Amino acid sequence: MVLNPVVIFLVSLVFPGVVARTKAKIVGRKGAPVVQPFFDNIRLFQKGNVYSQTTSWIFQIAPVIYFSTIFMAMLFIPLGKQPALLSFEGDFVVFAYLLAFGKFMMIAAAMDTGSGFEGMGANREAFYSLLVEPAFFIVIASMALLTNHTSFYNLFNNLHLESELSYLIAVLSVYIFLWIAMIENSRLPVDDPKTHLELTMVHEVMVLDYSGFDLALIQLANGIKFAIYGALIFNFVLPMQDYFVAQLVIFFVVQLLFAISVGALESFKARNKMAKNPQWILSLSALAILGFLSVLIITGKIILMD
Amino acid sequence: MLVVSISLFLLPRRIQYPATLLLIVSIIIFSGQVALQAFSSTNPVHISFIRLFGDEIFLVIDQISAFFILVINLTMLTGILYAKGYLKPYLPGKSKKALALHYFNFVWLHISMLLVCMLRDGLSFLIVWELMSFTSFFLVIFESEKASTIKYGIQYLIQMHIGFAFLLVAFLISGMITGEPVGFESLEKYFSEQAVFPLFLLFFVGFGIKAGFIPFHTWLPHAHPAAPSHVSGIMSGVMIKMGIYGIIRVLTFIHTDLLAIGIFLLIISFISGVIGVILAIVQHDIKKLLAYHSIENIGIIGLGIGVGVIGMATENFTLATLGLAGGFLHILNHSLFKSLLFYTAGNIYRQTHTRNIEMLGGLIKKMPKTAFFFLLGSVAISGLPPFNGFISEFLIYLGMFKELHTGDLMLSLLLLGGIVGLVLIGGLAIYCFTKVFSVVFLGNPRSNQTEKAKEVEGSMFISKYIIGFFIVFIGLLPVLILKPLAGVVSVFVTDVSALTAIAPSLQGITISLSIFILVIAALWLVRKWVTKTKPIETGPTWGCGYTGANPAVHQYTATSYADYIGNLAKYITGTRKHFKPIEKDEIFPAPRKFETHSSDVFEDYLVSKPSGKLLKFLDRIAVFQTGNIQHYLLYAIVFMILILVLTILNLV
Repeated sequence: MVLNPVVIFLVSLVFPGVVARTKAKIVGRKGAPVVQPFFDNIRLFQKGNVYSQTTSWIFQIAPVIYFSTIFMAMLFIPLGKQPALLSFEGDFVVFAYLLAFGKFMMIAAAMDTGSGFEGMGANREAFYSLLVEPAFFIVIASMALLTNHTSFYNLFNNLHLESELSYLIAVLSVYIFLWIAMIENSRLPVDDPKTHLELTMVHEVMVLDYSGFDLALIQLANGIKFAIYGALIFNFVLPMQDYFVAQLVIFFVVQLLFAISVGALESFKARNKMAKNPQWILSLSALAILGFLSVLIITGKIILMD
Repeated sequence: MLVVSISLFLLPRRIQYPATLLLIVSIIIFSGQVALQAFSSTNPVHISFIRLFGDEIFLVIDQISAFFILVINLTMLTGILYAKGYLKPYLPGKSKKALALHYFNFVWLHISMLLVCMLRDGLSFLIVWELMSFTSFFLVIFESEKASTIKYGIQYLIQMHIGFAFLLVAFLISGMITGEPVGFESLEKYFSEQAVFPLFLLFFVGFGIKAGFIPFHTWLPHAHPAAPSHVSGIMSGVMIKMGIYGIIRVLTFIHTDLLAIGIFLLIISFISGVIGVILAIVQHDIKKLLAYHSIENIGIIGLGIGVGVIGMATENFTLATLGLAGGFLHILNHSLFKSLLFYTAGNIYRQTHTRNIEMLGGLIKKMPKTAFFFLLGSVAISGLPPFNGFISEFLIYLGMFKELHTGDLMLSLLLLGGIVGLVLIGGLAIYCFTKVFSVVFLGNPRSNQTEKAKEVEGSMFISKYIIGFFIVFIGLLPVLILKPLAGVVSVFVTDVSALTAIAPSLQGITISLSIFILVIAALWLVRKWVTKTKPIETGPTWGCGYTGANPAVHQYTATSYADYIGNLAKYITGTRKHFKPIEKDEIFPAPRKFETHSSDVFEDYLVSKPSGKLLKFLDRIAVFQTGNIQHYLLYAIVFMILILVLTILNLV
């Protein structure tokens, strides 16, 4: 139980490094060691801060709240047979809304700088996350429909008990979650962390004015966010595993594969046109609804002709 | 009471306010006592009220009434406390009588709302309903020197009377068909014998106009900005809930055909919620924006109640209990954060004399306390933890998720619709409130008067501390409100064990949110400790290396922030952009203007266009009204000849 956040946190330290390394390998560079982002953060923690004159206390407290929401979200994640530290009926609602609170504060902080660019980024972030939210809830709803449970732990642990067909749902859910993770972490194809033009940035431009301790907190939180989604994906694919060590190994393998696939996707995929993003994001919800309909068929609520 | 309140007109200016406060407090103590008594007993409390045309009329207070009475009292208390500071700048310009009229109507709005919740008899109910509309009308037109205030006030009054007509017809139908005295009690018999849905629809329109369900909402975005802020807070916080009360009261008498009603409520609430918030996003007038947000919240309340009714119809007690409990709790929650937001918006208006958010900006430095409370209200209304709005949405969510599996196909699909609705509303609310909070309070001031704004005096924050306390209290310790909620819901559902069954969840929320706050506090301290020894510098915001920009202009505006939604939903918001594109051969472009306008598609097509057509038609008829006496004599002769001819032909 206590171990869940610890391993997720450990993974989060190297996760961005693995992604960067994969991307480097694919384009034929050698790449930095996977722990480089971690060292970068340590260096940032030791630095002083530069604040814009325009900013207020909102700008200073936002990274703290943002990190805390993601830290809390980590405590809600079960790992296979290991229940989460915080687990109760409806915990996923708290999970999603806590993340939303962190986002609220980061958007406000970006607007606090009074910069046109940061406003633009904040606006896009607000818009995209509002579009992606239904997909998450519909996937969870399909699982609740299938298993008749309403907490992360029970949802995942009863997912594969009902019928073998549920693996179909798991595959679809993993696919959706992969893209949700990409959007929520401001990656391609919606946002490109590599871009150097403020006009085309989303997340990067929101944190342009951050430095030192605050920036380190944000980077750390972003890593954890990735690892959280990796852990959720792990929960989908885990075949019932009673052996703790085996579970742990599978967990690390899944996270590694997830990081590599993020790197690979980033290398081979082009960025969407800005104006096409809403449709693209909404298509995830459409896929999620397909999943929901399949569950209706599996549970016999929609009876197909025989 | 009438005598006492009339004496307000005679009192000297100085003690008018204390006297009103005293009156309100005594009403609160008296009615609160009765409400608490009703809460603790299972049977409704009956009190003999007055004799009207020889019939004795009773006040009947069950747990639903008691709940609404407590909500009304709380908001009226904060409203009158806030009014003191808010009215101060108006005192020199207003005559003693005008102020007395304002206070008088304030007291009577309070009394009429309380009576609405207690009366069951049809005639007296309609009288106090009318009284509520009139007193609130006079409160709205407080700034009667402005022409627009009167215009919107009249518009409000007319729409209230359309609603009144529907209620009157609905009551009369039920009374005539059942042969019982007109009133709520006759509905029991009517609904058990006759078709349920048509009469419910009549009641729904009548009460829905007050509540502001789309498409009956068009008075809200005009009346709220026109009214003084303490009045908008009360109207949005509790008065529109009287419409919800009416719908709930009618629902208590319906036992058959509930499924259709539930689905109807769910769909119309979904529409109200989503479209309400979309329309809110494109507003620039802060109070108009908040008014549209009330429509959204009415949608959330309706979603809860609709889901609850569907649960009752399909005998899913968990769904019924949690949906209704969430809906009821959201009534209380919305009265808290919406009045808080209107009061803080009042602070802004008082200090900057503008409601246009494009003129504001950077107020967090000038008005830090106002900014804090506005942020609290914004986060709470967006339904985010650790505040109260989250709890009511959580209850509705949990009810829907729990019953996904057990219901049949239609129920599952309906619930999925409800879930998606809540998610969309939540996301859009965050979009809306990040916009309004950021544009008003953050960044740089966008106008002169904003630059000179100062914080309001401390006494104007008493009401905000009270509301803030409840917002945090409900958000952190939701377990404590389970019992009163169970009492209210038990009027509808006999088995409310589902509410006690979710106590572990609510405890889980308390624990997680406490940890959350501790983590924030700890991290803040660590941050302070670490950065203590580090150099701190300040400088201008990063502007891509360009330093010549005017910081007030080089900012994201509310219009651009809302642009995505304005484009996505342009058929609803009617957003139009006016600008001249730069010509190809225009080497030195002339100065240009860019304007955007948005309207409300429902208002255009349901109110403005029909009433415009009606006026045109009436204009055409008015050709007869020439003002020429010879013409009128001619009309008389024509009429007489017509009568003569008709009599000869035996037609009359």
